[in-house]
Amino acid sequence: MSDTVIQIKNLKKVFGEREVLTDINFDVHKGEVVCIIGSSGSGKSTLLRCINLLETPTSGQILYHNQNILESKQASHQYCAKVGMVFQQFNLFNNLTVLENCVIGPVSVLKKPRNEAVETAMHYLEQVGMAQFVNAKPKQLSGGQKQRVAIARALAMEPDALLFDEPTSALDPEMVGEVLKVMKNLAEAGLTMLVVTHEMAFARDVANRIVFMDKGIILEDDTPEEIFNNPKNERTKAFLSRAMG
Amino acid sequence: MLEFINQVLKIWKEYAPALWDGTITTLTIAIIGTLVGLGIGLVIGIYKTIPISPKDNIIKRVSYKIVDFILSAYIEIIRSTPMMVQAMLFYYGIAMVFNIQLNILLSGLIIVSVNTGAYMSEIVRGGIISIDHGQYEAAHSIGMTHTQTMSKIVLPQAIRNIMPSIGNEFIINIKDSCVLSVIGVTELFYVSKYAAGATFHYFETFSITLIYYFVLCFTITKILRYLEKRMDGPDSYTIMGSQTAPEAVIHVNTANHGKGE
Repeated sequence: MSDTVIQIKNLKKVFGEREVLTDINFDVHKGEVVCIIGSSGSGKSTLLRCINLLETPTSGQILYHNQNILESKQASHQYCAKVGMVFQQFNLFNNLTVLENCVIGPVSVLKKPRNEAVETAMHYLEQVGMAQFVNAKPKQLSGGQKQRVAIARALAMEPDALLFDEPTSALDPEMVGEVLKVMKNLAEAGLTMLVVTHEMAFARDVANRIVFMDKGIILEDDTPEEIFNNPKNERTKAFLSRAMG
Repeated sequence: MLEFINQVLKIWKEYAPALWDGTITTLTIAIIGTLVGLGIGLVIGIYKTIPISPKDNIIKRVSYKIVDFILSAYIEIIRSTPMMVQAMLFYYGIAMVFNIQLNILLSGLIIVSVNTGAYMSEIVRGGIISIDHGQYEAAHSIGMTHTQTMSKIVLPQAIRNIMPSIGNEFIINIKDSCVLSVIGVTELFYVSKYAAGATFHYFETFSITLIYYFVLCFTITKILRYLEKRMDGPDSYTIMGSQTAPEAVIHVNTANHGKGE
């Protein structure tokens, strides 16, 4: 395998008395698409939020290109700019237009000149098919459109890796397709992606690796073929038989 | 009835310049008081929403707590006492303690500003905490600092949301500035009382005053509503350029990420 982008070591997260993540170990390599699946409450989203430092892990290490980003504030800020996130609820900046949503990060965080940032933003907005909506405000867009803008916003930061937290769960069925299509294209373009999803078909077709989580631990971490055709764990079998109908 | 109208017109003709001066004073106090109050409110509201985690060092946490306590004391004391009493205490207190006669209008401005500031702090804080947490998370996910998040994302939305409350405070200040007449600020109410006392026509004089206050507040309400509309921007948006389908092939910056296998 080529070099590791993100490496998780002995990660643990406790909310009050409840242990949500127990000793998580796995890594994401460059250009890889890793899907995290599992039932609700299994800790998938918490894991992703820990990786993006939206939650502070209770213990353990998160290595980004072999540097522990939990050690210094400086390192964690640079890391956040380099590892993007796409949310279930889109979280577009409501006070900004579509274009400004994609420009604000590169300008204020990466200190890019404005005209250059606009150019990059337009480039990615075009690729997600939202270029004609640059003047629109988030409230004027449909869910699928918002999510595509959110993906463009994350891409405009030219990230090393993108995290997706159930990006299609808040969309109605008709809009799921347009967002998955964009994500599939990204995967084909070689972007490193870590996706928490309930879209089993997407996981099977697009992922290089699938991680199955249950009750805060990783039960299986294997290729889609192995997971879907030859699951080793009873829990995985039960989940898949229900999820695939 | 006709006699009443004649009397009103007579008083209005005689005291129009004085009433005009009073109106200007009232407006000045209300505008400056609201703006300075908003400034105070923004500073306190922003301070009170600074995230402090148990992992920050002890000096930072303790000093934050001390300032926070002082600010809370300010808000509670001002909100729990009448502005009229505050005015008396401030104006005569300054005169007694420092042995100086503060300019009356300046005293009025300070009292209204400090008073409005206490209410504004809570309004601003409410505006900030009403912003969806997802906005902070999104800002965090692209690496923005707390200051950047506040100034570029949260505050613009919070201020838009609290515009009706700011307008409310402004209207309240126009009317409540009349309590400053107790320390002799020559605003609209003070002038009216003077005119009524001189003519002995209280009912007629204060009918005029009532109309003045109503026109002031009503006009300003309309102006504020218009400003809110402008802040919201246009309801529609223009479609730009060609219709690119989302099916288009995507090129990401592959300098960073070649295909893994």
